Amino acid sequence: MRYLPLTPHDRSEMLARVGVASIDALFAEAPPAARLDRLLDLPRAQGEIEVERAIGAMAARNLAAGSAPFFIGGGAYRHHVPAAVDHLIQRGEFLTSYTPYQPELAQGTLQYLFEFQTQVALLTGMEVANASLYDGPTACAEAVMMANRVTGRKRAVLSGGLHPHYREACETYARFVGFDLVARDPAPGKEEALAALIDDATSCVVVQNPDFWGELRDWSVLARACHDRGALLVVAVAEIVSLGVVRPPGEMGADIVAGEGQSLGNALNFGGPYLGFFSSRDKFVRQMPGRLVGETVDADGRRGWVLTLSTREQHIRRERATSNICTNSGLCALAFTIHLSLLGEAGLTRLARLNHATAVALAERLEQVPGLSLVTGSFFNEFTLRFPCPAAPVVEALARQGILAGIPVSRLYPDRAELADLLLLAATETVTEADIERLEAGLRGALR
Amino acid sequence: MTVRFTKDHEWVRLDGEIAIVGITDYAQSQLGDIVYVELPHPGSRIEKGKEAAVVESVKAASEVYAPISGEVVEVNDALTADPAKVNADPMGDGWFLKLRLAEPKELDDLLDEGAYQRFVAEQP
Amino acid sequence: MSEWSRALSVQAASDAPSVETFSGNRGLQIEEKLIFEQDSPGLCGVDLAEPAPFRSRVGNVERHGAIGLPGLSEPQVVRHFTRLSQKNYAIDSGLYPLGSCTMKHNPRLNEKLARLPGLADIHPLQPISTVPGALELIDTLAHWLKTLTGMPAIALSPGAGAHGELCGMMTIRAALEARGDPRRRVLVPESAHGTNPATAAACGYAVDPIPANAKGRVDRAALEQKLGPDVAALMLTNPNTCGLFEDEIVEIAAAVHQAGAFFYCDGANFNAIVGRVQPSALGIDCMHLNLHKTFSTPHGGGGPGSGPVALAAALAPFAPVPWVVHGENGFGLVEHKAGPAAQSIGRLKGFHGQMGMFVRALAYMMSHGADGLRQVAEDAVLNANYLRVLLQDDLSPAFPGPCMHEVLFDDRFLKDTGVSTLDFAKALIDEGFHPMTMYFPLVVHGALLIEPTETESKAALDQFAAVVKSLAQDARAGDAARFRAAPRLTPRRRLDETSAARKPILRWRSCVAHQQAVE
Repeated sequence: MRYLPLTPHDRSEMLARVGVASIDALFAEAPPAARLDRLLDLPRAQGEIEVERAIGAMAARNLAAGSAPFFIGGGAYRHHVPAAVDHLIQRGEFLTSYTPYQPELAQGTLQYLFEFQTQVALLTGMEVANASLYDGPTACAEAVMMANRVTGRKRAVLSGGLHPHYREACETYARFVGFDLVARDPAPGKEEALAALIDDATSCVVVQNPDFWGELRDWSVLARACHDRGALLVVAVAEIVSLGVVRPPGEMGADIVAGEGQSLGNALNFGGPYLGFFSSRDKFVRQMPGRLVGETVDADGRRGWVLTLSTREQHIRRERATSNICTNSGLCALAFTIHLSLLGEAGLTRLARLNHATAVALAERLEQVPGLSLVTGSFFNEFTLRFPCPAAPVVEALARQGILAGIPVSRLYPDRAELADLLLLAATETVTEADIERLEAGLRGALR
Repeated sequence: MTVRFTKDHEWVRLDGEIAIVGITDYAQSQLGDIVYVELPHPGSRIEKGKEAAVVESVKAASEVYAPISGEVVEVNDALTADPAKVNADPMGDGWFLKLRLAEPKELDDLLDEGAYQRFVAEQP
Repeated sequence: MSEWSRALSVQAASDAPSVETFSGNRGLQIEEKLIFEQDSPGLCGVDLAEPAPFRSRVGNVERHGAIGLPGLSEPQVVRHFTRLSQKNYAIDSGLYPLGSCTMKHNPRLNEKLARLPGLADIHPLQPISTVPGALELIDTLAHWLKTLTGMPAIALSPGAGAHGELCGMMTIRAALEARGDPRRRVLVPESAHGTNPATAAACGYAVDPIPANAKGRVDRAALEQKLGPDVAALMLTNPNTCGLFEDEIVEIAAAVHQAGAFFYCDGANFNAIVGRVQPSALGIDCMHLNLHKTFSTPHGGGGPGSGPVALAAALAPFAPVPWVVHGENGFGLVEHKAGPAAQSIGRLKGFHGQMGMFVRALAYMMSHGADGLRQVAEDAVLNANYLRVLLQDDLSPAFPGPCMHEVLFDDRFLKDTGVSTLDFAKALIDEGFHPMTMYFPLVVHGALLIEPTETESKAALDQFAAVVKSLAQDARAGDAARFRAAPRLTPRRRLDETSAARKPILRWRSCVAHQQAVE
């Protein structure tokens, strides 16, 4: 077996040194009924050729985004990832290292996480960011729990514009962790009276920008309404590239910004692994979940980095930790940091403008198609379109023509008939003029 | 001014009806470098034996239990900026909080200095 | 209080660095500034077309001020991150014997397959009809994991081991509530990973610790005494964090079930028994698996992980959505808490789980096969026992007798040497090895937990053992100064964690911004 360096000779020599007759002696404490004295009914070992053939065959049966006009977003976005990113994250020193508990042997990981924290803080307009969480929805649920700790309250208000997966993750945590949620119904394109739901028991209001429907809003007034009642404003961001052209939540008065960083550096991967990011204000730092890297000096007085404020965490605080989280998304954070380093200020701004320009071009084309109307007013690279009929069958029909046309809202809200005629469409820098033409022609054909 | 001690290594110094509370020199030496002290809100009521504060070193967080019951009238905000005061002067500048006593009789259950020193001497 | 804390509080002796150079570099160790300190405004490492003129529809939320990101070209960025990588230790470069972390070789075939466009470049919400191969892959992975554990159901969505624990404890609570029997306490051994009590508490339970017995196993009498009608579950790691098989596990499971509670097993150490012991036959109701441990998906400097949870039939209806089903027209996906999933705890994270990790884990399992996976457990256990025997005369084994995949020592061998467990570990760094896990588990003093894994050769183990023995002898010979000053040969020597925690600096600030922040 190619991954096992012990030879049969090594094994017998080592067993003799250990002083047992056979390997079975070392498993003797397992109860006899649970011991397996036979091989399980699974295939035997295979070489690279066979494994690659089998998994390659599964891969070949999927329609890859890159081989079709592709307009799907909804919390996961297809951006071009520069070749250098994947090369660098596959360096074994990054890929095959552990959480940096021994700082002298992990200055590389610690320094890039410090850079990641800085990038997230800058992008979101906040003071401090952590070293990542699992993904956007779990980061959002962690934000609500942190707001509960900070305010000593247990009731969160959720916007109807919050991505359904973010809302559902919050609902699951709420039931078991023990806090209350008040969620507005989904109302694409409409203003929500969120401030009216804030009372003295409200720990936070959670909104998303751009929201699930693609709508961009200024949340400054809501932030003041929250703060007037001692509540926090949590802003979720599912498409972080938007912050290249959109005013950051920090400038709108957000207290916590949580969301999905997959867009930078990370592939679609059928939904994971992704990259939860999390930023907040300095004064709340001891209530933050997840790992934090801090600057310090070594015994020679030279600058270096360590994991810090660890007493918040499960490996020290055990049942009193701020979160049970242990692993984060280190390598995904590295991909994010490298991609954003390559882009820099000029590149991120241009990437965001290019996304917006492509989405505007798409919207302008589709607004001309009889029967279709735009539900979203202000948007970044994603918007909602109303059909004269249910959207899901149209998407299916276009998929058969090799066009991945967007997300029928009914996929995420199957029980809400009033949303069945809505389609969520995204356009990133990877979408071409020809892609838009094919989509438009496909839609005209389907709606005829 | 009377000073009393607990077996959890807290001290209480009585100043009229106000009790000043902190951790002992032995406690700070056991904890090592203190990096953060979490204090209760002034105005809150704390109960004897229940958590009153949390003191953190780099790799440990320890609860400080209230040696007596009462209302918190003041906390030592200086510890937020400079937690090292607890290491440098635990019985002085490193005090944690001031309480208005609810049950003065609770003081009778605490150790006097001699008893506390004997207790510390028995620690491994 | 914490011995670790005390050990850290003693600052390393600050003697002069061994070699002074003009640059601060030392051969292959090259000093590297932060990316923010290398800014050439206007430079960009990605060439993107400028969009044709268009009418902005961003509305009234257009960004005004600059973000503050530095500008660099591609060669500068590649060099920056290459230099950073050179400051890391990794399983690719050497033995990484971190107990309870399972740092084993990460096959590169798995990386290659995870990047196939048909797996990496598919969207989680594209029509189900366009991703039959992805669902088949998930279903195949589930089949392997169910067969290896003997459990009837597997929940795949949790993002990592701790998330899997949360998932498992939520399903247990949901099952108890469904039978109208809410309970309040969860029993957790003192030797458990910190995530266990943190998870139980996050799930709304009071945590009740169970002591270890003199053999390093759970004290069964103490456990049985604590069982009662308000106990929801026992969370037990097996093999446990002392590297020992819980030899009374069947009796423990029976007692737990007798009390009407569930038996949660932390499967972090499944790599010790995969293919040799079937968890379902141990009376386990629920067990998470860390794909990055047993199934070799890379740790990546702290994630991403993946934490599937194997469930007994009584818990399966409460599994989180989504899950893959076999339908009339091939595979389908249950994505909502309704119909067949009406009792589900709901959604734990976005989309369908850590697909990229599923691909790697499946490639690993298919490569090893049923025969190879059994050999994995055997070699992991043999390697650990071999190290135990090589080291037992110079270190102090915490418990007598054989171990499973990891071996635990305490710090008695350092008594009166003036050298702490931390110092000892740091000295190992100068010898070119990553240290073992220190000060965990908490049930022994100054713990040193060594897990070599099955991917180390006998020669590598011999060399490691020889170095550890030499260090132990040197410590006892009175050379404490060498240990307290260690490490001396790394890019950075011991770091001042006290200052880092007292005055946290958690991000870079430009000099201007820093000045403003201070004011």
